[in-house]
Amino acid sequence: MATTRDWLLADSPTSRTQAGAGRLYRLILGLLSNPLTVLGLFIIAVLVTTAIFADLIAPYSPIRQNLSVRLQPPSWEYLMGTDALGRDIFSRVVHGSRITLTIVLLVAVIAAPVGLLVGAISGYFGGWVDRVLMGVTDIFLSMPKLILALAFVAALGPGINNAIIAIAITTWPAYARIARAETLVLRNSEFIAAVRLQGGSAARIIARHILPLCTSSMIIRVTLDMAGIILTAAGLGFLGLGAQPPMPEWGAMIATGRDYILNQWWVATMPGIAIVIVSLGFCFLGDGLRDVLDPKNGESK
Amino acid sequence: MTSAIFLDNVSISYGETPITHDISLDIAEGESFALVGESGSGKTTVLRAIAGLAPEWTGTIRLLGEKRGHGVDRASVKACQMVFQDPYGSLHPRKTVDTVLSEPLAIHGIGNRGERVEEMLRAVGLDRRFRFRFPHQMSGGQRQRVAIARALMLEPKVLLLDEPTSALDVSVQAEILNLLKRLKREQKLTYLLVTHNLPVVSFLCDRLAVMRHGRVVEVARVVQLRSGDFSDPYARELYAASGGESVSV
Amino acid sequence: MSAPLLEVDNLRVSFPTHQGRVEVVKGISFTLGRERLGIVGESGSGKSMTGRAILRLIRPPGRITADRLAFDGTDLLSLPERKMRAIRGARISMVMQDPKFSLNPVITVGEQIAEALKVHASLPRGEVRGRVISMLEAVRINDPERVARLYPHEVSGGMGQRIMIAMMLIPEPDLLIADEPTSALDVSVQAQVLDIIDNLVTGKGMGLILISHDLNLVARYCDRILVMNAGEVVESCKAGELENASHPYTRGLLAAMPRLDETREELPVLDRAGWGGT
Repeated sequence: MATTRDWLLADSPTSRTQAGAGRLYRLILGLLSNPLTVLGLFIIAVLVTTAIFADLIAPYSPIRQNLSVRLQPPSWEYLMGTDALGRDIFSRVVHGSRITLTIVLLVAVIAAPVGLLVGAISGYFGGWVDRVLMGVTDIFLSMPKLILALAFVAALGPGINNAIIAIAITTWPAYARIARAETLVLRNSEFIAAVRLQGGSAARIIARHILPLCTSSMIIRVTLDMAGIILTAAGLGFLGLGAQPPMPEWGAMIATGRDYILNQWWVATMPGIAIVIVSLGFCFLGDGLRDVLDPKNGESK
Repeated sequence: MTSAIFLDNVSISYGETPITHDISLDIAEGESFALVGESGSGKTTVLRAIAGLAPEWTGTIRLLGEKRGHGVDRASVKACQMVFQDPYGSLHPRKTVDTVLSEPLAIHGIGNRGERVEEMLRAVGLDRRFRFRFPHQMSGGQRQRVAIARALMLEPKVLLLDEPTSALDVSVQAEILNLLKRLKREQKLTYLLVTHNLPVVSFLCDRLAVMRHGRVVEVARVVQLRSGDFSDPYARELYAASGGESVSV
Repeated sequence: MSAPLLEVDNLRVSFPTHQGRVEVVKGISFTLGRERLGIVGESGSGKSMTGRAILRLIRPPGRITADRLAFDGTDLLSLPERKMRAIRGARISMVMQDPKFSLNPVITVGEQIAEALKVHASLPRGEVRGRVISMLEAVRINDPERVARLYPHEVSGGMGQRIMIAMMLIPEPDLLIADEPTSALDVSVQAQVLDIIDNLVTGKGMGLILISHDLNLVARYCDRILVMNAGEVVESCKAGELENASHPYTRGLLAAMPRLDETREELPVLDRAGWGGT
């Protein structure tokens, strides 16, 4: 439909909706012009579809054991082979995508807004607010992520929910730092001064003017961090502190496959490949988003 | 006539650094007044203090007869607004013209926004087509028109202009200067213009103050500017550098 | 007039965009002797691109083409990059708009000027130092010994620009291209800086291309003026005859400028539709 395209790309939109839609359309066009980004998008789309239709895609139950077919190599019957308890690895990987997606989304939903808000408030007000908030942030930043997550899981008890909380606690400080750095630049800009002059409150300025500008770099950063989050979750699972058996979490699957790595390579390798592919997918998408969203390239003529 | 802007012994500082010393100015309602001087002379700082963006000062500032506090408050917001120098930096890159112009109305709970926005666009000579454009879809001159429109949305009586045309091309500058002159006539505004461009002062203003090192060294009428009739040596130097023939006093 | 220092014939610069290649300089031609040529135009007129194209400073995917682009008889377009580098700085220098971005912040001013000299000639240390100091004196810096030891952030904008000029002129080039050399400076400093450039250029018999948006400034410091609009030269005249310019664009620009003794109620505005400007 050429007319829809014209409507979206119109130089002089006639309504708020059209202006917004046009911006979104240009963004999507930009994203689709980069083959690696398209690949990343494709991987994420496959991950999401798999997670939604896991019950239909997986040929077997992910947890039912069948000791008569334990440690079968990949074949047409068992696409990725079976593990030590005779469970179909393909089915487990498919169902594992749900857990991975849940972890990634929940961490992003918890950590990114917290980091964004802390950073923006800290940067906008400066002074002692800044010193206190950044002090807390630095304490979290100064400790290695996995160790900190381990400590939290140890305190909260093992399990997937606690793992998510632990990972979220370790990721927000980095976002707070980025948001603060951006806010420091933005708060002295003339368009912020203009809103202040119109009587806009600090809350309004932060919420409606500063946060929207920090969001794009945050989206980029979170997308790029997704790979790290998946790996941390897998690491916790591997150490037995994340998802508990028999949940088909990829990291935990690798951990159980470790005992057979020399003779039955597929048990550990298959979920490993899944982790690598999904991580790569998020990285590609993040890179693509950076090219499109970054105001330094995006908004210049 | 009452004075629109009245400064008495105003000394402004940023932290420990003093920027201006004992500035006293009296600008009448409906007057166009210019602050000229080199970068670092403190002229923009005076403007920011009057607007409420540079809160560290001593002395007295009166806006339309009312003594003004140090920060931005509701009364000062409705009395005076500011237009910034850089049309590329003064508009939020992710907001449409419509959002930018509606914002002050939303802050102050003024209704009938759509109509007011369209009316203001007409007043600053922008076509309706521009209403839903983003800043990057406009030229420098068009952006500056939007910035002027934004400043006028709350119908202030005093407009502070910080080098409003120095980032623009000559031909665009002419358009903006004409616009400012027309708006002043139509809306009975008082202008305080900061600039280093003396010809602009000659076109737009009635009086000017020459600033140097944070002090006002001379206040003159624009007639004096046109003939170069300054008594302060620095003012004469500035006049000569702007291409004027020096006149001995 | 002496033999032409620079010959430019049908110079074109183009950049690729979504709508195909767009020419920002559309076939301009001029010759330059040891004289002062001014190029004026508004933003987007292609004046800066012209200056950069002469030094082949347009990065790909930008493309420069010309029927002839010769400096002192040498064809610049066919020259290998290595020889081009030898010409840049040594024989053609360029002064840019903002000194803050052109000076290295962690090297002293004196060393940077010395560097500019050493790249193109090997001289004993003592002589280098002497030349640097005398060059700083030539750009009217009081106390050059002290200034040479300063870092770029310790000098003012006007002094920074004078240091840039010193740096550009110390290898004694034959042609200086000054792209808006003073628009980041205060009016009173502007005149000083331009006077310095003017003195050095006329004193050494160099060629000068002064690129600016300011018609008056160019008229004051140049012998000849090219007025550019939308990538084309619309007017070429002697500086003294600018008042009698014939092209409507030039006349429009002249009229749109407020004067120091301005009494007009309204400034005439360019009718852009007339010649397809932006």
